[in-house]
Amino acid sequence: MQALYAQLLVGLINGSFYALLSLGLAVIFGMLNIINFAHGALYMMGAFVAYFLLNLGGINYWWALLLAPIIVGIFGMILERTMLQWLTGLDHLYGLLLTFGIALIVQGVFQNYFGSSGLPYAIPDQLKGGMNLGFMFLPIYRGWVVIFSLVVCIATWFLIEKTRLGAYLRAATENPTLVRAFGINVPRMITLTYGLGVGLAALAGVLSAPINQVRPLMGADLIIVVFAVVVIGGMGSIMGSIITGFALGVIEGLTKYFYPEASNTVVFVLMVLVLLVKPTGLTGRAA
Amino acid sequence: MTALTDDTLPVTPRAMRDEMVVFVVMALLLAAVPFSGIYPFFVMQALCFALLACAFNLLIGYGGLLSFGHAMFLGTAGYCSAHALKVWALPPELGILVGIVAAFGLSLITGYISIRRQGIYFSMITLALSQLLYFIYLQAPFTHGEDGIQGIPQGRMFGVFDLSKPTVLYYVVLVGFLAGFLLIYRIINSPFGEVLKAIRENEPRAISLGYRTDQYKFLAFVLSGTLAGFAGALKVFVAQNASLTDVHWSMSGEVVLMTLVGGLGTIFGPVVGAFAIIAMQQYLAGFGQWVTVIQGSIFVICVLTFRRGVIGEIAHYLRRSL
Repeated sequence: MQALYAQLLVGLINGSFYALLSLGLAVIFGMLNIINFAHGALYMMGAFVAYFLLNLGGINYWWALLLAPIIVGIFGMILERTMLQWLTGLDHLYGLLLTFGIALIVQGVFQNYFGSSGLPYAIPDQLKGGMNLGFMFLPIYRGWVVIFSLVVCIATWFLIEKTRLGAYLRAATENPTLVRAFGINVPRMITLTYGLGVGLAALAGVLSAPINQVRPLMGADLIIVVFAVVVIGGMGSIMGSIITGFALGVIEGLTKYFYPEASNTVVFVLMVLVLLVKPTGLTGRAA
Repeated sequence: MTALTDDTLPVTPRAMRDEMVVFVVMALLLAAVPFSGIYPFFVMQALCFALLACAFNLLIGYGGLLSFGHAMFLGTAGYCSAHALKVWALPPELGILVGIVAAFGLSLITGYISIRRQGIYFSMITLALSQLLYFIYLQAPFTHGEDGIQGIPQGRMFGVFDLSKPTVLYYVVLVGFLAGFLLIYRIINSPFGEVLKAIRENEPRAISLGYRTDQYKFLAFVLSGTLAGFAGALKVFVAQNASLTDVHWSMSGEVVLMTLVGGLGTIFGPVVGAFAIIAMQQYLAGFGQWVTVIQGSIFVICVLTFRRGVIGEIAHYLRRSL
């Protein structure tokens, strides 16, 4: 049973990353009509920024948790201002191709300087060790990742669904021209939205740095899994992305325990099944 | 939804004559390669990728469907052909057939699944499916995991042509490429191709005219996947191995890049794009990961400033379809 709980925890952690990343993808897609292929690369950048902050600036994990999303988010906003905004009105495909190109550039540059091996990032002192829950041993850092991700996901949901800013955002998703006519600066909102989505990816990167090591290609395979998550859950609903992300992480963890050979593929197989049964995805509207 | 190509020219007898002239010139130039001193291996490799890019272009350029998983057909056909040649010791022509049939079967399944969603979801689904296959091939015993299938015998095609001679192999690959190219050309200019273009331009209108667009897209997917498999089977004879790189997502990305550089929805663009990208990889092979950075930059530059691609720009300038 110990092993089962351990795999469930790993599943929940992966699920947190799926949720944070697919949430960002959904928010970005809503406003920009772009599937952000660079999301995995920006997640990786988040981890690297945390690594640089610690090793070059002596800035600890807690500040990195705040600063890395902001730094990568600003980088994302620069990308949006200089490149993505020019794609307005073009076919969706060009957004995918452009962000794929950006992902190749970012990953290639990091690979040149850091190779393909992982750099260690120590768990902060406050979160070291573990506690015995009676039925299992819980490493504190891992528990922290799950709970903190959940809080961030809920906060993002609250921001978008329950605040005035979120209402503007949802309105601008539906009809940007009309919202502009009410005097709201929609282009600036689009930039900030992209920054927010990218910031969530970078935050996931910082959280994963002590667990998965910091590697230039850490986001490359992850983003494909997240795409499958997005296909399964649909991008129509924020809460849908969060729940699908965590649920698929848990299913993946269970697969690792019961049938490890399929742990890499289970999310893709589930995607196929969902497409066969309910082509629009679990929560999505028809695209 | 904005169309991929902004100038749709009608197919006139004159346009078709122009295209045939360009085709003959291209065929003659390629046929002259063994006499020119150019390294034939490079051209053979480029021809395989050119056929792959043409097959991919059939789907995006004429059907408006961006597949981000075309490497799965290349890799699947490659593995199956390689297995048939090496383990079953089949002659080359049957080995190629095995690869094509495998790609055909795979495209039936993946097409049925992925055609259920439109636009951007289609791209994500094809990418996820190819990643699924990548992991299957990574674990399956017959692919030999990271090593791949190596040392594949080239054999004698139809018992006559000795494929271990580079010149003979070159002409076999060239004939295969030209046959595939002409087939794609024929498909594009058939009534079926016209309906595909109509779907690309305005799917709701095509539906309202009574076309079952899903069936057309499915057939286009299967044709594209099968032809991509043909390219994969040919590539086995050139590279004499089948490995995981052929199924990896980065390979799918390269195919997209080749077609984008040459020109989406142009007839000759994918060929030009494939030669350009393969040549670039050859010359920059010593620069390590900077090749990835350059490829990424080409993506960005193409999308931002050069969406018609090389051939698309020329065609636009000449007001011809090429």
